[in-house]
Amino acid sequence: MPIRDWFNKKKIRSPKQPTSKRTVPVGIWSKCADCNKIIYQKELFDNHFVCPECGHHYRLSAWQRIKLLTDPETFRETESGLSAKDPLKFKAGKTYAASLARAKKKSRLKEAVITGRGKINGVTVGLAVMDFNFIGGSMGSAVGEKIVRLIELSIAEKLPLIIVTSSGGARMQEGVFSLMQMAKTSAAIGRYQRFGLPYISILTNPTMGGVTASFASLADIIIAEPQALIGFAGPRIIEQTIKKKIPEGFQSSESMLKNGQIDMVVERGRLKSTVSTLLAMLTLGEAANA
Amino acid sequence: MPKYIADFEHPIVELEKHLNDLKKNPSSTKKSYAREILRLEQEIDRLKVRVYRNLTPWQRIQLARHPERPQFLDYLSELFQNFIELRGDRLYGDDRAIIGGLANFNNFRVMVIGNEKGRKIKDKLEHNFGMPHPSGYRKAARLFRLAAKFHLPVVSFIDTPGAYPGIESEEHGQAGAIANNLRILAGLKVPVIAINIGEGGSGGALALGVANRVFMMENAYYSVITPEGCASILWGDSAHAPEAAAALALTADKLFKFKLIDGIIKEPLGGLRGEVLSVAAQLNEILLAALTELTGWDGEKLADERYKRLRKIGVFSEDKFYELAQGMRLIKGE
Repeated sequence: MPIRDWFNKKKIRSPKQPTSKRTVPVGIWSKCADCNKIIYQKELFDNHFVCPECGHHYRLSAWQRIKLLTDPETFRETESGLSAKDPLKFKAGKTYAASLARAKKKSRLKEAVITGRGKINGVTVGLAVMDFNFIGGSMGSAVGEKIVRLIELSIAEKLPLIIVTSSGGARMQEGVFSLMQMAKTSAAIGRYQRFGLPYISILTNPTMGGVTASFASLADIIIAEPQALIGFAGPRIIEQTIKKKIPEGFQSSESMLKNGQIDMVVERGRLKSTVSTLLAMLTLGEAANA
Repeated sequence: MPKYIADFEHPIVELEKHLNDLKKNPSSTKKSYAREILRLEQEIDRLKVRVYRNLTPWQRIQLARHPERPQFLDYLSELFQNFIELRGDRLYGDDRAIIGGLANFNNFRVMVIGNEKGRKIKDKLEHNFGMPHPSGYRKAARLFRLAAKFHLPVVSFIDTPGAYPGIESEEHGQAGAIANNLRILAGLKVPVIAINIGEGGSGGALALGVANRVFMMENAYYSVITPEGCASILWGDSAHAPEAAAALALTADKLFKFKLIDGIIKEPLGGLRGEVLSVAAQLNEILLAALTELTGWDGEKLADERYKRLRKIGVFSEDKFYELAQGMRLIKGE
């Protein structure tokens, strides 16, 4: 066991929850961004940031998601010190270095994914959660590396693997380094799956591009939150290419389900219990590490 | 059909036109004219060297997309023998943007797969300008598995602007089809060699490109996003594509420097036009060397090497102190 993991075994409290105006309305009363109904803020909180009126799922930060999915005080972060470099010295309009600095400040994260061990109703899992607030949850070298290290750790410790995605795709500011993370993560998932361990991916709004076209789509069971945008090419690119409007509900979780691309659409309130039930069905008598 | 001329080639073409006019002139046999013609010819040669030796990334992309540039089927007929095309994904279609089948290469039997764009309008439509649908990737997946079953090395030729962005392709699982190819190729128990001969458009190109050895033509490009797409995201205007192309480090020389590819195939001055003969010998040598080296390896070693190659890719920083400090802070329960 690497020395750094000794400390991770100790009790950990989640870092302070970042709040962002963009993801959740702030105030005692607020207006739902989707149905425009006035909702009581506390009710929204208690409802895991799902509008009690229309069921609109607000975007969660990675830490909010971890809190939602894992048993209290059980999550231990791994590879928290891993973060992006700027291999291309990328500058197009603004620099990558500036984007990174802004993303860190805005999200209070070091990278667009958090990885670690946590318990889901008593079952220890390897868990990765992406955060859209960090450069659109994009996958560069560090994100790819963190995910692959989590997969390797999950192989070594025979843990079920859960990955929650929220990403615009590969991070263009790292060029082909980002592109290759698609191959790297997919290869690691391929290795993981040889061990008969379950991999469940949870696609949340949005999951696009190089993330959908790699590890997110390779899970044994693919779950999506309601009304999430899921796809490969962005709607704008498609409209430009086919030169007509795309149909209503295109690239939504519900259409993905209808087209046979995912297993189920699960609303946030039932997410943890669904994952827990699936794990019990898939690991009974094998990796039962409760 | 008028000859295709890239923007930056106009000065050369102007001079060439001037030269031709001079040559056509009835009095061009005169001594003064002969001198002028010679001067112009030298001038053109110098200009060509100056332009083509200092290509910007955006200019290279124009060469990579050049309508006269050789395509997969040109390489196939020049370098391989006895090609037997295998068609269809066994699900619902046969995508002509990806062509594959069995062939002989020198003394090797191989599975050869590549993107085909098509040259005439009719061919372009048939091959969908080299932009595959999920069906194409699933056909490729079927051929990869077939290759593994019969111990045939896979040789792939990449040349695609990207996976086709359309309604049907999304509904039929474009992302899943690409992801699946990445996983299959990574674990394949036979040698995989990939050559990027023109356009390496993002995940749609990588879906044929997870290999033990990856080569690129001198004027090919490989990119996470098209420069036009990158420009329209960052500037809201695809006219900034040349700047985006420079920022994305997508040319063969850059990728070789970053150790993301294994070798570069030199092209004649001004890039390949119409024929593959000028690079056939180099390609033959590179492919032969790679196949000779890799066919001696067993399946596990091949898949392992591919994984190790991928595993090394990535530039990031690791802050051990941050991790430690976080651990300490949390132990104290602050």
